[in-house]
Amino acid sequence: MPTDSGSQPQTSAPGSGDTPRIVFDDVVKKFGDTVVLNGLNFTVDKGERVTLIGPSGSGKTTILRLLMTLEHLTDGYIYVDGDPLTHELRNGKRVERKAKDVANVRRRIGMVFQQFNLFPNMNVLENITEAPVHVLGRSKAEAERRGRELLEQVGLGDRADAHPMQLSGGQQQRVAIARALAMDPEILLLDEVTSALDPELVGEVLGVLREVARNTDITMLIVTHEMQFARDVSNRVLMFDQGRIIEEAAPDVMFSDPKEERTQAFLQAVL
Amino acid sequence: MELLESLLDAWPQLWSGIQITLGLSLGGAALAFAVAVVLGLGAISEVAVLRGISRVVVEFFRGTSLVVQLFWLFFVLPQFGLRMDSMLTGIIALGLNYGAYGAEVVRGSLNAVPKAQWEGTTALSMSWVTKMRRIIWPQAWALMLPGLNNLMVMLVKGTALALLIFLHDLTFVVDNLRRTEGTYFAFGVGFALYYLISLGFSSILRALELRAQRKLGLKPTRAQTTKATAGAVA
Repeated sequence: MPTDSGSQPQTSAPGSGDTPRIVFDDVVKKFGDTVVLNGLNFTVDKGERVTLIGPSGSGKTTILRLLMTLEHLTDGYIYVDGDPLTHELRNGKRVERKAKDVANVRRRIGMVFQQFNLFPNMNVLENITEAPVHVLGRSKAEAERRGRELLEQVGLGDRADAHPMQLSGGQQQRVAIARALAMDPEILLLDEVTSALDPELVGEVLGVLREVARNTDITMLIVTHEMQFARDVSNRVLMFDQGRIIEEAAPDVMFSDPKEERTQAFLQAVL
Repeated sequence: MELLESLLDAWPQLWSGIQITLGLSLGGAALAFAVAVVLGLGAISEVAVLRGISRVVVEFFRGTSLVVQLFWLFFVLPQFGLRMDSMLTGIIALGLNYGAYGAEVVRGSLNAVPKAQWEGTTALSMSWVTKMRRIIWPQAWALMLPGLNNLMVMLVKGTALALLIFLHDLTFVVDNLRRTEGTYFAFGVGFALYYLISLGFSSILRALELRAQRKLGLKPTRAQTTKATAGAVA
């Protein structure tokens, strides 16, 4: 897809000449008078797994929600594969993009939510096939075949006809992962996907995500409190505080030898 | 025995009254539902103009008397050259008035569908039509049926105003019977018949409500009850 190179910023893309998968360019997000993100810049490369850590209210979840267009961008730009997501620079002016153009870019992004957000008016398989059929225009048969394959992958091959309410939280979240994967996303956003689960159900969900990380090259942005999981799957960890990145490192460095005092205090509290 | 005889005597008249009342109820309800859906969707639109139009129309038809609306359609519109028969006039007046109330039920129910569901549809890049038709509406439907049921019963009773524009509906017939069969009989039968008609409509809507809830897994079928796991509510 051709990009508007005039408005394409190149912030520090680590070791890659390719167009970065995600670029945050001077992103500002305010809720009323509260400034959550104040001129945030960062880049994620294709296939990278980046974990966002930091105290609650530091803006991690807001970053995922901005990418998913669930929040309105107050100022700045977000680019996906070089394409502006919700706003673009046109003739020197920042303008909002047309809903259809936004949808075209957004289609490359999938998200798994803390509360699963499965559709209660559909069974498990229908939850997964709904968007491939009605958004991507796939045939029902093809969507079902792929849906069953994905259910198999997340270990729920025998629950295709179940109602979401009949499943445990861990099972529901695995369905939600399958549902997101059914759209063949280039980017997967994981927003505290185990925070609503009973402790004994966390493992099965993280296990599935480890598999996804191993077997695909989907770019992942992860917000989690599961530090072991973050250490295992991510290439890079960003430590946030008050909407700014205060430290950035590979996971083994970040978790064993953090430089910033604020990071040390945070990790001490959660590890 | 005497009662039964009176009833049999009066039945042809009563039946023609019932037909008018049923016609007004069904026609009015169909139009009211269409109006409620359009105005209700307008009320939650992201487009401010649509929200504004919907607001004004709802407030106008809710805020003015049904009788005056009926008279306006029946006596004033013909002066502008628009003449409709009484039945159609009645249906339109009922449809607009109860539709305006219904719009509030529709709007409230759509808003009551959890935000997480709307966000789920955005995360799957669904178009407005897909998200409404496939995800949001089916859930809102279960929520709006109790309110719509209420309005349906009120609409049935509201059809009695039709005698004001010279329709020979059930109320008109009952009032006529008073002269030949006495007040006791006439109004007793009137009570019973309105009650039965209302009961009929509200039973149908109640059945739809149960069906909608079952589809959402809120009222599990017996086979499912035993299988439901504790984690489901987590």
